[in-house]
Amino acid sequence: MPAFPWWPPTASAYASQINFLFVSLLVIAGLTIGLVFYLLLFFANKYRHGSNADRSGTTKKTWRFEVSWTVATLLIFVGLAGWGADIYLKLYNPPADALQIFIVGKQWMWKAQHPGGQREINALHVPAGQDVRLVMASQDVIHSFFIPALRIKQDVVPGRYETMWFRADKVGRYHLFCAEYCGTDHAHMGGWITVMNPREYADWLQAQGGQQTLAAQGEQLFRRYGCSGCHEPGGTVRAPNLHGVFGGPVPLSDGSVVIADERYVRDSILDPKAQVAAGYAPVMPTFEGQVSEDDLAKLVAYIEFIGPTTSGGR
Amino acid sequence: MHAPREQTYLSATVDIRSWLLTTDHKRIALLYFAGITFFFFIGGIAATLIRFELITPGPTLGSPDFYNRLFTMHGIIMVWFFLIPSIPTTMGNFILPMMIGARDLAFPRLNLASWYLYMSGGLITIAALLLGGLDTGWTFYEPYSTFYATGYVILAVFGIFVAGFSSILTGLNFIVTVHKLRAPGMTWYRLPVFVWSTYATSIILVLATPVLAMTLLMLLAERVLHVGIFSPQLGGDPILFQHMFWFYSHPAVYIMILPSMGVISEVVPVFSSKPLFGYYFVVWCSIAIAAIGFLVWGHHMFVAGQSLYASLAFSFLSYLVAVPSAIKVFNWIATMHEGWIRFDAPMLYAFGFIGLFTIGGLTGLMLAALAVDVHVTDTYFVVAHFHYIMVGGAVMGFFAGLHYWWPKISGRLYPDYWARFAAILAFFGFNLTFFPQFILGYLGMPRRYQSYPPEFQIWHVLSSAGASILAVGYALPIFYFAWSILRGPRASANPWGATGLEWTTRSPPPPENFAKTPTVVRPPYQYDRGKPCMQAGDVR
Repeated sequence: MPAFPWWPPTASAYASQINFLFVSLLVIAGLTIGLVFYLLLFFANKYRHGSNADRSGTTKKTWRFEVSWTVATLLIFVGLAGWGADIYLKLYNPPADALQIFIVGKQWMWKAQHPGGQREINALHVPAGQDVRLVMASQDVIHSFFIPALRIKQDVVPGRYETMWFRADKVGRYHLFCAEYCGTDHAHMGGWITVMNPREYADWLQAQGGQQTLAAQGEQLFRRYGCSGCHEPGGTVRAPNLHGVFGGPVPLSDGSVVIADERYVRDSILDPKAQVAAGYAPVMPTFEGQVSEDDLAKLVAYIEFIGPTTSGGR
Repeated sequence: MHAPREQTYLSATVDIRSWLLTTDHKRIALLYFAGITFFFFIGGIAATLIRFELITPGPTLGSPDFYNRLFTMHGIIMVWFFLIPSIPTTMGNFILPMMIGARDLAFPRLNLASWYLYMSGGLITIAALLLGGLDTGWTFYEPYSTFYATGYVILAVFGIFVAGFSSILTGLNFIVTVHKLRAPGMTWYRLPVFVWSTYATSIILVLATPVLAMTLLMLLAERVLHVGIFSPQLGGDPILFQHMFWFYSHPAVYIMILPSMGVISEVVPVFSSKPLFGYYFVVWCSIAIAAIGFLVWGHHMFVAGQSLYASLAFSFLSYLVAVPSAIKVFNWIATMHEGWIRFDAPMLYAFGFIGLFTIGGLTGLMLAALAVDVHVTDTYFVVAHFHYIMVGGAVMGFFAGLHYWWPKISGRLYPDYWARFAAILAFFGFNLTFFPQFILGYLGMPRRYQSYPPEFQIWHVLSSAGASILAVGYALPIFYFAWSILRGPRASANPWGATGLEWTTRSPPPPENFAKTPTVVRPPYQYDRGKPCMQAGDVR
């Protein structure tokens, strides 16, 4: 690291876009500040008390100036707002087949669970050049998952899933921080994100040992918590079959329709009476306080695994 | 030659009772000055310790919990017990009635009650500090504040709650005063801009502070009684807390900056000996800022998980609220055009204000750009930005006003050389303190970190070095103002050649402000080739 680090590493195409926008804003700000300081000093010198400067042309029609600089400022500002929003929208449109990693934040560590079941703490290994989607939950207070080199952060609010996606394309080791104040060891809740080329990433996954995949662990939990007793064919209670449900629309008993995403599945486990599928009785008990965030991630991964795109096999 | 000295508000009565039970707005202003100064130095000591702590990448002075309690107290004291009351309760209290030709505020006893509420709230909060403090941060985010925070959360929250009533009552008092107590001839468009600014501030105080009071009560209800409102553990919504908190706390930024803008709008015409350029625009920009300022709170929550459409709307509105601020800067500069500019200390502070506020405002535009905000929010970029607004802007404005009205308030002059030196020192010290924090912010240094990666150290060291210069700049006025009170030459009624009504009466003013109610005959800031055109009722 240089003695005077003045620019953070830029590890994704998205981060370069942010750089460009930021530098443009810096240039606009620099020109404006330059103009303000120049006029302040120029007027202060020229019209200092006792100078002989010409003061005959005292301006009368001030509204011309007022209207021109108001309109100019407004137009520039609207343009900037639009530009900033346009890039921001990208964060809301994750690509379809991203590698999905579950993240759980708790005082004071980040835990990551890869689809293959590999786990890590205060570290995240991801392949370069591949879309990665993080599904994040917090076990206690609000945390914020922040990777400066990718120019992204997302608060993780307890009680619900938050998602964030990125595609890192520069191999390297970058800071991972918690950006939302969370108590005593807030400053130590972080570590490193390691961007590897895909082959090394595969080796790394291998080296973590032969765990079961997240979905397979979820399937076991699905039986252990008794979900399968109702949610599989031949169950004792009439409950929706969950095969092929994930990612599609679910009609609810109040007439509305939701998309069965991670947040919906999680909410349905913890607060099943809030959004009851149409045609079913609200008989499912809540699992609030009984299933940890880690296990929830596994259950969600399983429900996702038996969703329509993968149809149970593989 | 002076006649035997006439009675002033200072000399009328002298016992302690006459001060603590006074209903004279000028004396109450001085009571507030005492309180404000006390809290400014408590908050300043906390700031000094923070900058000491951050000189090294690891723990320097104490444990992480010590640091967390430190920045929490710094924020709480500076925001609620210095910045928000600073200008309105001191200069507003002292000068505003005189500016409109009034004998006092509309409700003098309510004014005194406000001071007692403010001091009670402040002392309750100081008690929380002395007992060991609290570690919530000044923002009290949930569910941290209910279930995870340690220390005297309840006591501190209660202190802020009490002080809030002082804000509400002060705002109410100013609004009624401006409506009902203007001197004959003092039409709305003859009001000095400081009055307009204080009026706009008062509207925010009255409308926003009750929301803070409700939010704090709910927080207390949840922490003490476990009534589920904000914590998911109790079925509540943490984002709801943020909406309610920022619905107050963003307008609160305008509570801090509008009065300073009012001061600058007084100082620049006086020391340029020229009418304020675009008076109507400056006036209506104050009102526009107060109004639009209520619609931008969501820009604190772009990564908090609020809806996408809310973020888009809040980003746009944040750009909109910046327009009237930009217009004001242009108007102050245009005022100097073809002026007769003098460089007394108040004007130097005004220069400092304009420069630093412009930097603060432009970096605010960067934060309002959604995609940039995602990266720099909750980093030192935000810390630097709001210090440019609140310290570079609001505090510079406070000092500009203090130096401008000091001869009127104290009846004494101060050594201008030292005052100018302090202004310049504060300007450079401020920039050295906070400019490196912009760089730290874009590098990704999160705020509220006691420990940080070692490569960031150089910027923290520069920032701490700047803070020591800034501290000298802020401490110097204590000495030369003390000298001014003891030894300073007596001030004439109008030492700056200003045009406001407050300069038509003696320095310091008599208890009744004006011997007879003045009649106003012209708009403010009227100069004829650099010479002030005084209002009716001029003294000698």
